Amino acid sequence: MSIIDSVLDDFFWRALLGGLGVALVAGPLGCFVVWRRMAYFGDTLAHSALLGIALSFLISVPLNIGVIITCITIAIALVLLSRTRALATDTLLGILAHSALAIGLVTLSFMPDVRVDLTGLLFGDLLAMARLDLLWIYGGAAFVLTLLAILWRGLLMSTIHEELARVEGVPVERLRLALMLMFSLVIAVAMKIVGVLLITALLIIPAATARRLAKNPEHMMALAVVFGFIAVTGGLSLSWHLDTPAGPSVVVTAFLSFLLVYSTARNTSH
Amino acid sequence: MPPLPRGQQRCLTSWSNLNQLTVQFDDRPVVDRVDLTVRRGDIITIIGPNGAGKTTLIKAILGIQRASSGRISRSSRLVIGYVPQHLSLESTLPLSVRRFMLLSGRSDHECQAALERTGVRHLIDASVHHLSGGETQRLLLARALARRPDLLVLDEPAQGVDINGQAALYDLIRQLRDELNCGVIMISHDLHLVMAATDKVICLNQHVCCSGYPADISHDPAFIETFGHQVAESLAVYHHHHNHRHNLHGDVVTSAGHHGACDHEHH
Repeated sequence: MSIIDSVLDDFFWRALLGGLGVALVAGPLGCFVVWRRMAYFGDTLAHSALLGIALSFLISVPLNIGVIITCITIAIALVLLSRTRALATDTLLGILAHSALAIGLVTLSFMPDVRVDLTGLLFGDLLAMARLDLLWIYGGAAFVLTLLAILWRGLLMSTIHEELARVEGVPVERLRLALMLMFSLVIAVAMKIVGVLLITALLIIPAATARRLAKNPEHMMALAVVFGFIAVTGGLSLSWHLDTPAGPSVVVTAFLSFLLVYSTARNTSH
Repeated sequence: MPPLPRGQQRCLTSWSNLNQLTVQFDDRPVVDRVDLTVRRGDIITIIGPNGAGKTTLIKAILGIQRASSGRISRSSRLVIGYVPQHLSLESTLPLSVRRFMLLSGRSDHECQAALERTGVRHLIDASVHHLSGGETQRLLLARALARRPDLLVLDEPAQGVDINGQAALYDLIRQLRDELNCGVIMISHDLHLVMAATDKVICLNQHVCCSGYPADISHDPAFIETFGHQVAESLAVYHHHHNHRHNLHGDVVTSAGHHGACDHEHH
């Protein structure tokens, strides 16, 4: 048996590899969440992932596909609703997030044959990571990072100043859609790690920690990945030694490094 | 930045043309049947009270606000340099002046030349979040400049700039017009400064209430009705002298060879 096989056969190493893969893509996207003030938007998409899972069971499609499609639908609905300006964006987000979560839970209760580990969905089930999950995570990460690299200048410009970007011919609306597609993908794969209730934490805490030390946008993304790695590794070790739940342990570690950086590092960033 | 060689100058006379342009929000016209033509070399200043639709009008010109009716025609190869009203940059995004300039897609050399031209090259490694109001406006102007625009659109360019800096800024805009041979449309509240630095004034109050040369417009009954007798009278007799210039900090600078000088007479 090769080393790779023996690593992949060990549930702890599978969990670690999966967690690192998610951190690799959550860091860069988390920066966009922080820059564009989309924390509640991320929350809403994450909550609607549960609805996606319920619907996947209902019409028997793979869970990841169901979650991605549901997230994208909710994201588009949000954009369209916020254009009417009938309600403030945060109100809309609150309505959609909790309605999606509630509808998901109600739908699941109608399917008594389906045995769903609700705790795992809400808070993550890192240690139950299968080989197929790893494939999804690294495939998804490769896709998202490639797309980010291709769209980088336009995304950055429309984040800095949307109107200026528009005047310079940046396709702002299409880029917003692309960003939502990437969010949906990341939520679908990160759900396994930290669960729908904690995904936003994995997106924004490493990015916010990185902000304190970053000199430029790319630097901030790289640092966010590093802090994500620290959170995953630390959280899993915590979980291993103290028998704490893995997902929450990852978030707690992320929070501790955030506290540490903000209390010790002098603000030398740009 | 040196003026374009003759051969490079694109030979179009009219950069942008609005015909009976109307923009409505909830059936309320914000911009009402406006006709406007911008030609190369024009400096057109839009003035008007708050809520007159000035920003909406220039957003329509920029193509980021859809018109409810009427027509906007723009030369197809028109490069627009836009200086937005406030650069409220998200402070969570670490960004240096250099990087902000380079995102225009122009070369480092071109970006530096543009910063030099607007007098803020020394700030190239600074964070965009640590600039003063005047420095920010000059950075935005440099960014627009780096694109070598055919049409420069400025939304209250002198906002947040002290009074001496304002005069220098309007003067710089006029010099840039001469160098680039571009058209300029700007919104301004600084009536007395605008009158000295503009070719044509459009007084907007949803519709165009009057337009023309600064000297004529201050006698226009529609203008007096909108801005009052006092403003009109102070503009009509307006003259402006300077025999020195100020740097960004408002200190007097006497050495020659700098840009943005006010050592001439406005009329």
